[in-house]
Amino acid sequence: MFDNPDLLKAVFGRLTLESFPYHEPILVGTFAMVALGGLALVGILTYYRLWGYLWREWFTSIDHKRIGIMYMILGIVMLLRGFSDAIMMRLQQAIAFGGSEGYLPAHHYDQVFTAHGVIMIFFVAMPLVTGLMNFVVPLQIGARDVSFPFLNNFSFWMTTAGAILVMMSLFVGEFAKTGWLAYPPLSNIGYSPDVGVDYYIWALQIAGIGTLLSGVNLVATIVKMRAPGMTMMKLPVFTWTALCTNVLIVAAFPVLTAVLALLSLDRYVGTNFFTNDFGGNPMMYVNLIWIWGHPEVYILILPAFGIFSEVTSTFSGKRLFGYTSMVYATVVITILAYLVWLHHFFTMGSGASVNSFFGITTMIISIPTGAKIFNWLFTMYRGRIRFELPMMWTIAFMLTFVIGGMTGVLLAVPPADFVLHNSLFLVAHFHNVIIGGVLFGLFAGISYWFPKAFGFKLDPFWGKMSFWFWVIGFYFAFMPLYVLGLMGVTRRLRVFNDPSLQIWFVIAAFGAVLIAIGILSFLIQIYVSIRNRDKLADLTGDPWDGRTLEWSTSSPPPAYNFAFTPVVHDLDAWHDMKRRGYIRPVDGFKPIHMPSNTGTGIILAVLSIIFGFAMIWYIWWLAAFSFVALLAVTIGHTFNYKRDFHIPAEEVVRTEGERTALLAGAAQ
Amino acid sequence: MSSPASAVHENGTVPTFYVVDEHDHAEGGSTMFGFWIYLMSDCLIFAVLFATYGVLGGNYAAGPSPKDLFDLPLVAVNTSMLLFSSITYGFAMLTMDKGRIGATQAWLGLTGLFGLAFLGIELYEFAHMIHEGATPQRSAFLSSFFTLVGTHGLHVTVGLTWLVTLMVQVKRYGLIQANKRRLMCLSMFWHFLDVIWIGVFTFVYLMGMLR
Amino acid sequence: MKRFLAVAILPFLTMLTACNAVVMSPSGDVAAQQRDLIVISTILMLIIIVPVMMLTVFFAWRYRQSNTEARYEPDWDHSTQLELIIWAAPLLIIICLGALTWMGTHLLDPYRPLDRIAPGKLVDKQIKPLQVEVVALDWKWLFIYPEYGVATVNELAAPVDRPIDFRLTSSAVMNSFYIPALAGQIYTMPGMQTKLSAVINHPGTFEGFSANYSGAGFSGMKFAFLGLSDADFDKWMTDVKSQGDKLDRNAYLELERPSENEPARRYGSVETQLFTAVLNRCVELGKMCMDEMSSIDAKGGLGLAGINNVHPLEYDKYTRRGAIFAPPATYVARICTTEEEERMRASGQPLLSPRDTSPILGAGLPRPSAPLFGVQRRPSNS
Repeated sequence: MFDNPDLLKAVFGRLTLESFPYHEPILVGTFAMVALGGLALVGILTYYRLWGYLWREWFTSIDHKRIGIMYMILGIVMLLRGFSDAIMMRLQQAIAFGGSEGYLPAHHYDQVFTAHGVIMIFFVAMPLVTGLMNFVVPLQIGARDVSFPFLNNFSFWMTTAGAILVMMSLFVGEFAKTGWLAYPPLSNIGYSPDVGVDYYIWALQIAGIGTLLSGVNLVATIVKMRAPGMTMMKLPVFTWTALCTNVLIVAAFPVLTAVLALLSLDRYVGTNFFTNDFGGNPMMYVNLIWIWGHPEVYILILPAFGIFSEVTSTFSGKRLFGYTSMVYATVVITILAYLVWLHHFFTMGSGASVNSFFGITTMIISIPTGAKIFNWLFTMYRGRIRFELPMMWTIAFMLTFVIGGMTGVLLAVPPADFVLHNSLFLVAHFHNVIIGGVLFGLFAGISYWFPKAFGFKLDPFWGKMSFWFWVIGFYFAFMPLYVLGLMGVTRRLRVFNDPSLQIWFVIAAFGAVLIAIGILSFLIQIYVSIRNRDKLADLTGDPWDGRTLEWSTSSPPPAYNFAFTPVVHDLDAWHDMKRRGYIRPVDGFKPIHMPSNTGTGIILAVLSIIFGFAMIWYIWWLAAFSFVALLAVTIGHTFNYKRDFHIPAEEVVRTEGERTALLAGAAQ
Repeated sequence: MSSPASAVHENGTVPTFYVVDEHDHAEGGSTMFGFWIYLMSDCLIFAVLFATYGVLGGNYAAGPSPKDLFDLPLVAVNTSMLLFSSITYGFAMLTMDKGRIGATQAWLGLTGLFGLAFLGIELYEFAHMIHEGATPQRSAFLSSFFTLVGTHGLHVTVGLTWLVTLMVQVKRYGLIQANKRRLMCLSMFWHFLDVIWIGVFTFVYLMGMLR
Repeated sequence: MKRFLAVAILPFLTMLTACNAVVMSPSGDVAAQQRDLIVISTILMLIIIVPVMMLTVFFAWRYRQSNTEARYEPDWDHSTQLELIIWAAPLLIIICLGALTWMGTHLLDPYRPLDRIAPGKLVDKQIKPLQVEVVALDWKWLFIYPEYGVATVNELAAPVDRPIDFRLTSSAVMNSFYIPALAGQIYTMPGMQTKLSAVINHPGTFEGFSANYSGAGFSGMKFAFLGLSDADFDKWMTDVKSQGDKLDRNAYLELERPSENEPARRYGSVETQLFTAVLNRCVELGKMCMDEMSSIDAKGGLGLAGINNVHPLEYDKYTRRGAIFAPPATYVARICTTEEEERMRASGQPLLSPRDTSPILGAGLPRPSAPLFGVQRRPSNS
């Protein structure tokens, strides 16, 4: 039976024994580690009988706070994967000199840099940003959950499904060898006949559904679920940036979906969208993908700007300077995000007028961004700045980001871009803004809101270790790349001839090692904080003397967030409440109407993984089966009309009573 | 939503900072708005496909052009099927408002039949073109044509599946609030597809014949 | 904070001047002007960046919690004058930079013929620019010198101070043609032609490479660019011409197959119109050229009869080009012979006698007197 090739093909598609990279020691080692780690995890969960708990309380949870936390965990796990890719690249480039081929063959190296980009953007930055928005936004607007709680759970699992497909490509088959945006014709079936690009397409499509739905969800939440009195101009700045980000998601991700669908039609059906012959046009792909790709950058950075605004204002003990201009700056950036995409390919021969138009619109973005920086600056002015960890990240951001902004504007000058495009200068620039902007912001946000999520602060010593290693490591890792870019070195090279370049790559690799220590310190920080949680505990729910509504409830907040929906009279609502003598209600509680948990999201996501896997490997029977199952589960879910329940008043009374006791204890 | 208990007090008195007489949030209060946002994102997918057709629609690769392939009378019939289905859906919504389950179901069924007719004619057109050799692989024009029109057809198929599901649900649970909301969503979806089709008919078929 | 910044950045800046930063000290006038633009823009931006960085550090220090001397105004959150300044300052810088960008982009447009070869030295109209046709292959560079009828692989030479006109395309995937010492880069893309004007001012050997990742052999896709004095260039050209190898269509098709780390190679003669054939993706005899195809398409295609004017693809660079749900890969067959085609190209005639381009009537529709929807179809970048 097993020697019938047709039958094997019908059952397994193009999946063969050869698809498993058992002959590559690096991958086998990685697999062994992952398998051992996974087994250990499964063992621990089983030993402590945690499966039922996880399933009931987390996997099927539609609580926006838990989903937010799960997003964060996903982002941090994927950060480890993305970073190991980074350090492999740095090592390869540091040693591949003087005739040495380094230790990575092209086949492997090309996958590594592609995976690094894809993972860092889609499965690290996006989940971390979405996670924070999910956790914080409903709390900040005084809502009990998002507009569509089930959709929220489903979105998270679809994002996770995409991440799992990318991880599978490590051990079954291979990942794309095309660079993270997979330009055709290289990514077309003729030049990339293997499964790599198919993994890329299906992982992004499945995760993209999650991202899009979560975008719709958060827009609806912010527009429809605000507490009474919270007009748009009383919205906390982080929520404003979240609104703009989600509008960008809704308006940009469909373009990615469509363009990847066209690429998959080219690859599966043999259509001619991006082919060289039969009238196809590969440049159209480049245009379309950047119409998504440029807004994507702002999708990541805007929430980070929001975090910095919250942090600066809180830790300076001051109202945010220029709230209105901050809001308008955010909106202007949102709109301009769509008018700049061509600056990613000035060098493709567009005319001088087109290039200047897009160059100048790009520069105009730096005006609202500059205004934002000044606003933070003048928020600090005449404040009382407490240098807690979130504030340290913010200062590091302000100093680092302006450098990245400057090199960004430089790259927006088309003639300068002609010499710097695709060079390591460019690589240094976007890491400068993504690490120095998005990542620093996320770390600020994590240490700022961690006590809200878990009821205890993060350990400051390991936090500072992580901070300094990250920041100094960043400068060591990326300043040399600026220099190399000016030396005319382009990106994605695997081997080098010129020995004078090597020292810079060695410095950059050293920087990557420092960052590795920074990441390790962050993990230790979390471990130490959990161990010392009693000492670090925050009983008040307001550890930083916060200003927005999330600090008015307990840490961690109860499932219903607020026993009574708050009424807002001023910007910085919680600060206003504290100042004007708000007295926490201790009786009169009523039953609270809440959505109930469901396992449909995770089931759909598992089926999507199976469907994606089957499509990647041409296993048609499995694809058909999983597709029908997807449809059946979806329709079946709509027959469930009982999606909500009431938290009984007694339970609210009990929960709030516990908090009253805690607060009394904290006051002593 | 209940109202806040009091207004802002400026001089010293403490204003109310929470809603006292709170009622349950009406379930699905944001559904229509959320679904509308989703439709706009779907609209962007079509925008990309229209743009693609705009760029590639003249690249026949020395093969057939719209004039050689399109059969306008057939497409006109097809268009009328979809337009009729929109009208019948409108009647379904009117009867739904009056709470007449039977009439609503009948109008929905009629809508479904028109939708099926539309799909059938479209599939016939596709089959005819492929039989002649004008396959999606033959030229970029044909690739973008089949993809744009096919994606619309796919949406109609999804709409039909949804319609059948809803008819079953209305039959089983009656015109309850949740079902009315769902019918409203499908109504937006269905009319949205109509609007897209008008774009397809004008931009692809009519202008294709005039080019 | 300030300390670590100084520690982190200063050494790089000082070392930068010591190391070989070719982008900062190029040997060609175009690259030199691009360098100047980088320097000017950077200085312009530093006007605002430096104060911001200093203020950040200063405010962070001055208003630290332990400094109770400093004023504390928790409710101060607005100042119209300040807001005006913080919007106006970046705006002014961007206005300057925008003007600079507009001018620089037009002056340094790679498609624009040079009007100077060095500061103060205008182009001598008597000297014809050196024509070079560049084809990015998997994974090497082909240079054709149409005036001299020779071709080289992975080696490019040009006389000092003579303008060079590059016309570029690619055989398969996107690459970017970049010689940092000479001028900025430009993409090479299959089926499309890009252009680049440049001039080299100093003799020497410079590095050129692909600046856009193009697959497995990308790292080895390097070539030497020789800036030669007129005499040396003539000598070099004589050398190349003395090579017996001829680059005809078959030799090209052989060369086109993927290979990595190719050594430099010279062809003493080259088939005329080879570049045009590569650009139009019709080096294989019997395959329809893209310009012919688009002129047919502009006239409405070949109708139903054209559907079957395709031949199965016999050779391709990789094992399989066809998609799983598609019939075996094909190509469109050409209609006229190569000779006819070249004759017509040379005489500037359109490639095909025009068909009746009058709008065909939709069933029963009256014929419009003027085109209702005047959709103008522009050819792509070719």
